[in-house]
Formats: sequence, structure tokens, C-alpha cells
Amino acid sequence: MRWVRENLFGNWASALATLVILWLAWKLVPPFVTWAFVDAVWASPDSRPCRAEGAGACWALIAEKHRFILFGTYPYEQQWRPGLVILVLIALYTASALRRFWRPALALAWLGGLALIGLLMWGGTAGLPYVENERWGGLTLTLLLATFGIAFAFPLSILLALGRRSELPAVRALSVAWIELVRGVPLISLLFMASVMLPLFLPSGVSIDKLLRALIAMIVFASAYLAEVVRGGLQAIPHGQIEAADALGLPYWRKTLLVVLPQALRIAIPPLVNTFIGLFKDTSLVVIIGLFDLLASIKVALSEPAWSGFGVEAYLFASLVYFVFCFAMSRYSQNLEHVLERGHAHAVREN
Amino acid sequence: MRARAAAAQVALVATVAFAVWYLASNTAQNLEARKIASGFGFLTREAGFEIGETPFLAYGAADSYARAILVGLINTFRVALIGVALATVLGTLLGLARLSHNWLLSKFAAGYVELVRNVPLLVQLFFLYAVITENLPGPRDALSPLPGVFLSNRGIAFPVLQPHAAHAWIGAALLAGAVLAWLVARWARRRQALTGRPFPILAAGTALVLGLPLAAFLAAGAPLALARPELQGFNFAGGAVLSPEFATLLGGLTLYTAAFIAEIVRAGVQAVDRGQFEAAFSLGLPRPHTMRLVILPQALRVIIPPLTSQYLNLTKNSSLAVAIGYPDLVSIANTTMNQTGQAIEGIALIMAVYLTISLSISALMNWYNQRIALKGAPA
Repeated sequence: MRWVRENLFGNWASALATLVILWLAWKLVPPFVTWAFVDAVWASPDSRPCRAEGAGACWALIAEKHRFILFGTYPYEQQWRPGLVILVLIALYTASALRRFWRPALALAWLGGLALIGLLMWGGTAGLPYVENERWGGLTLTLLLATFGIAFAFPLSILLALGRRSELPAVRALSVAWIELVRGVPLISLLFMASVMLPLFLPSGVSIDKLLRALIAMIVFASAYLAEVVRGGLQAIPHGQIEAADALGLPYWRKTLLVVLPQALRIAIPPLVNTFIGLFKDTSLVVIIGLFDLLASIKVALSEPAWSGFGVEAYLFASLVYFVFCFAMSRYSQNLEHVLERGHAHAVREN
Repeated sequence: MRARAAAAQVALVATVAFAVWYLASNTAQNLEARKIASGFGFLTREAGFEIGETPFLAYGAADSYARAILVGLINTFRVALIGVALATVLGTLLGLARLSHNWLLSKFAAGYVELVRNVPLLVQLFFLYAVITENLPGPRDALSPLPGVFLSNRGIAFPVLQPHAAHAWIGAALLAGAVLAWLVARWARRRQALTGRPFPILAAGTALVLGLPLAAFLAAGAPLALARPELQGFNFAGGAVLSPEFATLLGGLTLYTAAFIAEIVRAGVQAVDRGQFEAAFSLGLPRPHTMRLVILPQALRVIIPPLTSQYLNLTKNSSLAVAIGYPDLVSIANTTMNQTGQAIEGIALIMAVYLTISLSISALMNWYNQRIALKGAPA
């Protein structure tokens, strides 16, 4: 009782806020529960029961199309392969999140994992039929774009961040130009550029497929944003560390690799994870240049006349999938921030 | 050592220059092979497509591409400016709600922030668009939450003031009031610095900014006629109508950006040390002065840089308009590219516009940061 009085009805403004929120919850939550659970249609081969009078949410759309949403147009009998790829990716994410596994072997595990993913997705050997990457899609493609985009952008971003703090004016100017130009334009324009202009850049006769083009745009975009986070880590290192390394006579690259980067990256991990969340969400933009990711496969499922008109259910489901991944990452980054010594960069999430 | 550094830089610049030259020459060859003439000559040709929304600038299919792109630019600014204003208000309220002592209110704000930040903006836009176009009733049975406001699958219709000749005068009076208030504030600050005598700047300023337009309004005979939307045939006429696309984009950008602004505001207020409150009180400053002279300037120092970058993000995110069919700059440039084949020019235009906005805002930001930087503190 005392808790209620202090925390809900502390003064009249607080009491008013409590009453408004309770009234809203009373008005909105029961109808939503009825719609989403009680009256919902959970399974049906077509949308007829959903269109009946008084029917709630049409989750049958998701039940019917879940293979398509997860795997896109990957050949039906072979869909265990992208399914396994999703599991491998999640295992790799989990392993990387546990500090117990933060050692050089993790990099090897990633290399092995990525090779295994390539083998599973393309096939062509070991009795697996070849599947061209035009047929990759759904959640698999979303995860692949995010993983490979970040994996390639990260080393590049470290170079850019070091370049921006370099004492060599030409290196610094080029790094600043790259970072600021990329951060100044919307991702959409980079994706358009990759899908329309990349073919023009290459000598005639050389072609480059749609997936790789989108991936290049993602890498360019991610490298600039990650570089700024890494720079934040570099700036947070106590200057004495660098002076000590100089006093030992370490040359630039050994100083950077052995003293600067290990500390800078450690400080930068929580904001890095926050940037990963932004980039993961941004992969959804590839739908605009016609790639077949999670969101695109949901749009295609909705475009069938049989299932049209259930956009609310479909996009709620898409939101749920993205939310699960992003929320896990965001909680993880918050915990890590508590665990790693606090007091360093209190970066606010910007993306 | 110095020679090696110079050599490394020369090598780097040469590599980059070569790469640019190589890509450019490939592009030139490819364009020649495809018989695409480069250059911005196409801008003066007739566009030949209609645009759904053309506020402030009349446009028809017979107008030029340049005019179409200008319409797109206006649409981008329209959604971005209104979005920035709404997101700032909503975000500040949410940020303060999170700091509230009311458990329910603070949990509600926290839940909102977590939910909205962890779902891509594009998904939220598609969701809102589906809600408006699929789930709202047609204009005939439009929902009317407030008298004169109608929600239907054709958008949001609401009443606006009937245009009146006096409105221009009221606007001019507002401007004059703002200028006068600024001058008075400057004079008062200088007098206080010289003589120590304070002047009620806030009251005088408010009186000028609100009083002058009010006087103009009353002098003109208080013209308050409303143009109400009426159902005519299958749609609303009169009043103002926000199209479903505009309403979706504005709503999506506002709700999404507000979640980030809420976090920035919260962090900013929390960053002010408790000792600052205590010091101000022990100096005998009353509470409003403490807030205005001690706490707010320090909180704003933390809040404003990330807030500006959120404003930039909102402007850049408005380019997602292309996915739901709102005719912003990117969407119209995209149509232009598809019709004319002038991809390089179209993308160059988009990038030039956004870069101009971004770089001028960050230049402004740097100037501001230098102005408010603590004097004598290490950079």
C-alpha cells in the first residue's frame, strides 16, 4: 500500500498520469488480447475463416507462409540447408557474446563457420545440389547480409578510424572524406548507387550479382558508422598508454596492434553492439532495390490476392522477429557495459 | 622516418587516384556503349508524370524534370521539418516521463522506447500504412475522434483557418515581436553586465512575441472562420487533408525518432551533477533560476549535439518515402532515373542535396560546440 501511494500517487500530477495510463490500458488491452489471441485464426490453408465476421488476427497467414518467410524461394526439399545455416549463425553469435570464448580460437571458429555457411548455401559438392544465390531469401538472407556486411566492414572501419587519427595529412584527409561523405547521405542512395552505378563502374563484360551489390553498399555504409565508434574507443584510451609504448620504442604498427587496439576495442564494445543493432535493422532497406530479405518475402506473401488485406498481422510478425534479435543485442550490450568497467565513454545510441 | 611517411602518403594518394580514374574511364566506356549522353541537360525536358502532392509549388505533367525534383525537395523538407518539431516535443515528454517518480509512467515510457527502437523504421512504416489503408473505414464511415477531424483510408482530414488577409499581418507582427524581444534581451544583458541591475527579460519577451500578433489579430476583427472538411462524393473537400502516405511517413518518423530523443533527454538531465543543484540552492538562487541558469545550460550542452544528429537522421530517414509512395526527393529522382536512364546524374543530385544539408548542419554544430565549450577546459 505504501509503495502504491509513493510510486503511483505521489502528487496530483502523478495520480493523474496513473489514472490516464490505467484507463488507456483498460480501453486497449482487452480488445487487443481478444483480437490477437481469443478470436484469432491460427491455422487454415486459405484466408476464408479470417474473412468471416468477428474473426480476429489472421495468424494462419504466418502459419501457411512460414517456410517462405524463413527461406524465400530456396528449393523446398533443400530448405534444411538454410535452416541449418540460421542455427550455425545463431551459435556463432552466442559464442561471440560469451566472454569465456573471447580468445583467438573464436576467429578460427568464425572462419570455419562462414566457410560451412557458404558450402551449405551454394552446395555443388558433397552431394548437395547447387543453388544460385538469386534463390536465397527470407530471414536467412537478412541474417547473411547483416553478418557478412558487419564482418567485412569491421576491419575496414578500424583502418578508417586509425586513419582519421593519423599524423599523415593525406591519410587523415582521405579517411575523413570517406567517413563524412558516407554518413552524410541516406543508405537508400548508397543502395541505389550500388544497384545502378556499380555495373557501370566495371569493365564491360564483367557482371556482378544483385546480392553482392547490396552487400557492397552495406559494407561501405557500415564501415563509416563503425569507424566513428572505434574512434570513440581510441579517444578514450589514457594518453599515458601511448606515451609508454613510445617510450619503449615500439614502432607504429606494433604499438597499435599490441597496446592501442586491444584497449580501444574493449571500451568500444557496448557502443559497437548498438551500432550492430542499427545496421541489422537497416538491412531491411534492401527490399527497396528488390532483394528478397525477410521483409520482402512478407510483402510478397501479402501480394497474393488470397492473403491481401492482412498487412497488420504480417508486419506485426516481422516486427516481432526483428525485435527478438535487436532486443537480445541491446540487453547484452547494457549488461556488458555494467560488467566492463564503467566510467569510460557514455555513448548515447544514435541509430 | 619522414621520407617513409611521405612515400606512403604519395603511394596511397596515387592508388586512390588511379582507382577513381579507372572506374571513371570504365563508366565513360559503358555509357558510350549504351548510348547514354551524360550531363544535366535532361532537367529542362518535360517530365510527363504526375505527382500526388505538390504543396507551395504548382506542378503538372507538362512541367520540367527540374521542377518535379524541386517539388520532391519541398516535400522532403515539409515532412522533415514537421517531423523534427513533433519528435522533439514527444521525445522530450517521453524522456521526462522516464525520469518520473511515477512507476507506471516511467515503465510505460521505457517500454515504448525499447519497443520502438528495436524494430526497423521501414517495418513500422509498412505497418502504419497497412493500418491506415487496410483497416480504417472509407470516407463515408470515417472515424471522427474530435469534431471536424476525420480518419479514413483516404488520410486524415481536419479543419484549418479560413485564409484571411489579416493573417499576413499577424505573421509580420510575430516576426517583429521576435526581433524586438531579441534586441531587448541583448540590451538587458549588457545593462546587467555593466550595472548589475536585472531586467524581466522573459516576461517582456513573451509580451512582445505574443502581444504584437494578438494586437494585430484583434485589430483585424478577430478573423477565426474555420474551413471544415465535408464529405463530397467519395472523398473530403475543404479543410486540410493529409494523404495516407504523408500521414504514415510523418507518424512513423515522429514515433521512431521520439524514442531516440527520449533517451538523449534522459541522459542529458541525468548527466548534470547533483552538486550543481545543491550549490545553486546554497547560493540562495530560487528554483526557477536554478533550472534556467544552472541546470538547463548544462543539460543542453550534453543534449544538443546528439539531438542534432537525430534531426539529421530523421531527414535522411525521410528518404524511406520511396517505399510507401510519398513523393519526396528520392522517390521523384528515382522516377526520373527510370524514365531518362540518367542514373549517375540522379544519384549525384540526391547525394548532393543530402550532403549539403548534413555538412551545413555539422558546420553549424561545430560552431555551436566551440561557443558553448567550457572556457579554459582541455579540448
